[in-house]
Amino acid sequence: MAAARLLKDEATEEKGDRARMASFIGAMAIADLVKTTLGPKGMDKILQSTGRGRNVTVTNDGATILKSLHIDNPAAKVLVDISKVQDDEVGDGTTSVVVLAGELLREAEKLVNQKIHPMTIIAGYRMAAECARNALLLKAKDNKQDPDKFKSDLMKIAMTTLSSKILSQDKEHFAKLAVDAVLRLKGSTNLESIQIIKKAGGSLKDSFLDEGFILDKKIGIGQPKHIENAKILVANTAMDTDKVKIYGARVRVDSMAKVAEIEGAEKEKMKQKVQKIIAHGINCFVNRQLIYNFPEELFADAGILAIEHADFDGIERLALVTGGEIASTFDNPESVKLGHCKLIEEIMIGEDKLIHFSGVEMGQACTVVLRGASSHVLDEAERSLHDALCVLSQTVNDSRVLLGGGWPEMVMAKEVDELARKTPGKKSHAIEAFSRSLQAIPTIIADNAGLDSAELISQLRAEHHKDTTNAGIDIISGGVGDMDKLGISEAFKVKQAVLLSATEAAEMILRVDEIITCAPRRREDRM
Amino acid sequence: MALAFDEYGRPFIIIKEQGQKARLRGLDAQKANISAGKAVARILRTSLGPKGMDKMLQSPDGDVVITNDGATILEQMDVDNQIAKLMVELSRSQDYEIGDGTTGVVVLAGALLEQAEKLLERGIHPIRISEGYEMASKLSVEHLESISQKFEFSVTNIEPLVQTCMTTLSSKIVNRCKRALAEIAVKAVLAVADLERKDVNLELIKVEGKVGGKLEDTELIYGILVDKDMSHPQMPKRIEDANIAILTCPFEPPKPKTKHKIDIDTVEKFQTLRQQEQNYFDDMVQKCKDVGATLVICQWGFDDEANHLLMHRNLPAVRWVGGVELELIAIATGGRIVPRFQELTTEKLGKAGLVREKSFGTTKDRMLYIEHCANSRAVTIFIRGGNKMMIEETKRSLHDALCVARNLIRNNSIVYGGGSAEISCSIAVEAAADRYPGVEQYAIRSFAEALDSIPMALAENSGLPPIDTLTAVKSQQIKEGNPYCGIDCNDVGTNNMREQNVFETLIGKQQQILLATQVVKMILKIDDVITPAEY
Repeated sequence: MAAARLLKDEATEEKGDRARMASFIGAMAIADLVKTTLGPKGMDKILQSTGRGRNVTVTNDGATILKSLHIDNPAAKVLVDISKVQDDEVGDGTTSVVVLAGELLREAEKLVNQKIHPMTIIAGYRMAAECARNALLLKAKDNKQDPDKFKSDLMKIAMTTLSSKILSQDKEHFAKLAVDAVLRLKGSTNLESIQIIKKAGGSLKDSFLDEGFILDKKIGIGQPKHIENAKILVANTAMDTDKVKIYGARVRVDSMAKVAEIEGAEKEKMKQKVQKIIAHGINCFVNRQLIYNFPEELFADAGILAIEHADFDGIERLALVTGGEIASTFDNPESVKLGHCKLIEEIMIGEDKLIHFSGVEMGQACTVVLRGASSHVLDEAERSLHDALCVLSQTVNDSRVLLGGGWPEMVMAKEVDELARKTPGKKSHAIEAFSRSLQAIPTIIADNAGLDSAELISQLRAEHHKDTTNAGIDIISGGVGDMDKLGISEAFKVKQAVLLSATEAAEMILRVDEIITCAPRRREDRM
Repeated sequence: MALAFDEYGRPFIIIKEQGQKARLRGLDAQKANISAGKAVARILRTSLGPKGMDKMLQSPDGDVVITNDGATILEQMDVDNQIAKLMVELSRSQDYEIGDGTTGVVVLAGALLEQAEKLLERGIHPIRISEGYEMASKLSVEHLESISQKFEFSVTNIEPLVQTCMTTLSSKIVNRCKRALAEIAVKAVLAVADLERKDVNLELIKVEGKVGGKLEDTELIYGILVDKDMSHPQMPKRIEDANIAILTCPFEPPKPKTKHKIDIDTVEKFQTLRQQEQNYFDDMVQKCKDVGATLVICQWGFDDEANHLLMHRNLPAVRWVGGVELELIAIATGGRIVPRFQELTTEKLGKAGLVREKSFGTTKDRMLYIEHCANSRAVTIFIRGGNKMMIEETKRSLHDALCVARNLIRNNSIVYGGGSAEISCSIAVEAAADRYPGVEQYAIRSFAEALDSIPMALAENSGLPPIDTLTAVKSQQIKEGNPYCGIDCNDVGTNNMREQNVFETLIGKQQQILLATQVVKMILKIDDVITPAEY
């Protein structure tokens, strides 16, 4: 018995260089996969799900692509994880973070091959990341004091974010839409109150922001289709059969007559409930649960608009918008806060009828109606808009702004290069490598746009060695341009998150010198 | 395998299905066991010390864990070999007892086994080896006691504690902000420590993690953090001077445990039942209101109607709070957990200065902070980090740091790290060996050699020439009579660990040596391994 077997049968163990190679290759493969989607001229990917229906998604959102992949390589999973976190935290830059981490590892691999210890590389990367962050901090501009300028900053950021997405054709339209929506939130980052309704048909240009609130429901038959000065009661209560909740209760009768009596009592109970609701003096009733025909009829008789089965988010939003509270009991009508709005009407978007609440009290929530040729376009448009909204809402809180178009990367690269020159020891190689990885991002953007990246980057670098410059890549004209004039901006928070999480992930993968994969858990045969 | 026959010539069957079982006996068994133990130690060896590498482990469900915490690596490895399992147990018991040094203990045990193998080859009986080891371990524990130092600290002077925690954290991935984390750990431990009794209940420290932000945002909250939000979206998000009712009964109609039926057969019964039901919710809310509660924390769910009533009566509530969290809240706020609405009284309410809800990032994540509690003995460490693995690793690292701080409060003796304590012990044991007559002398000497393997691994992982460094440090210790010389892992330029401020707790070190010796003794005693056939 020469080598004792430690692990279970199907478990594998990889050590030292092999382990490192496996994780480098896995991580780089992921980075290369999403690389071509980076930048305004990035391409999209088609994803086909393995589930039933084989749904197809067309996207260039890094997080969406990576989320849908089934990955076996543990290092690749780390990268997928950071892109997911980036999505949750700032919403945009999901591709950049993976690409940057991939580039850092690519450079690290070269250094490891030159027999530099991973720990030394990590130490260098850390110094470099710190230095790059400080460089960004110095260069970031804050226009919070000046509302007009701030708004134009937001506009620029939205346009920059949208320009790499499917919405780039109408980016001005959508940027305005997104900025308006976010400004209504007044600093809260709760994107829940911005509702996005997708309706196929028309073109993307027909999408619009609605000040009020649109509920994707139909109005019951025989009920008023147009209410002015509406008083709305938002409720979450059972309006089908109001069952007795006391445990173990059941109906047990011995004659048909009794059944009829109890049925009558039930009906009476429902009727009383409806009466109580009506006693609130409302003319619109929105319930989260079903409303059966009988109460609906009663409402119609009282001239009240009853809307059933609004989803939970819809209810919350509606309560927020109209300023009412979500009620479940109706015994004291005087203390329930009712929602108000000027006008409720049925509107038509395309073929569908929707209910539109306008002139609402609290301006926080709003609805964006997206129109587009197909459901794929709409899905992608929603993701793009979501990215833009996330970035904007974060920027409202942290209003520091940077220029875009590869400008921040070049600024960081320059500072990091200086640091490398000043640092003695092997670490300086790693710091240099960090700066090369940073420059890789504008290179990829240029490559994706079909430009001569080598030429452009060298021009850009020369430009950046002057003291103050706004030079970045101008994808439209294919040359080096002034980013300030072109109006290309990015949020500081996004860039910082990209930088820090990419470094953290690269560091984590670099520190690994052994991979142990346990035997996959056996599915029990249920069949 | 020898077979016994009875008087009719039939073979005795001693072990069931004996032919199908693999069996190893005598020296072969010991050798096989030793090589398994060594294999485990070899895996952990590269994770030792501040420059140790991490291991990436993929669990059976495909989750990835990246760590350099010995106990975690072994736990996740899912080993199959019995002896390897013993090693896993070893690091786990170090983890339970001390919390830190889980890697070191396995590496030491591996080294002891390696030395034992050599002795076995010379024909020394395993029992004699283990006796020698036992003596040597006693010697080194005593020696550690003699080179240890008392370590003065107080609530106002926490610097020494922070330094020790930093030593622990420096070997983890979080060493980027070890200073901040060490301070958090020490403050947390001091907040819950009972300095009179020299005891720390680590259960009062809750470690909560949330993905996002950066490591520097990690904070210590003097209070409780609950990963829940208010039950009704329109309840106030901020409550000052809250009186908290802590309930373990649901806001739902009663569900007696005995089987019962309520038969409805007349309209009157239907009506009364309905009436009762309505009153029931009203009563529950009224009771909470009557005792003066301004916040209800409940272990169970709420009925929609109850929820609205609570909202209506301006009584914010939190539902589905876990049992452990509920207990912590009760401790922190000085409240009592109330199992029935009838038993709710004003005295049983907990008090907190501020309760607020905070939302994170772009998703709908919200958490509830309960701060400025009546009894600030429960604290929460809230970890932020780039990704899930980072948070998990930070949690483990912080756990180690917390344990170290606790050990120091329990017993404030320290020894110096960086392998200095091991080298010093090795010298002492080596010197003492010559005084023992008999075969044990060899075992004791081997023990000294095994102790050297820890500084050796440290040097190796730090990229120093291991043998050169070790011999240099050893001779320096003897020449200067200074037991504080260790391996200069961080390339600072001095190998006096006292100047580098690298400490470890005395009990941690002693425990390492004792536990490792015990396990090795156990492994050496095995001379027959019977494995069932593969099925």
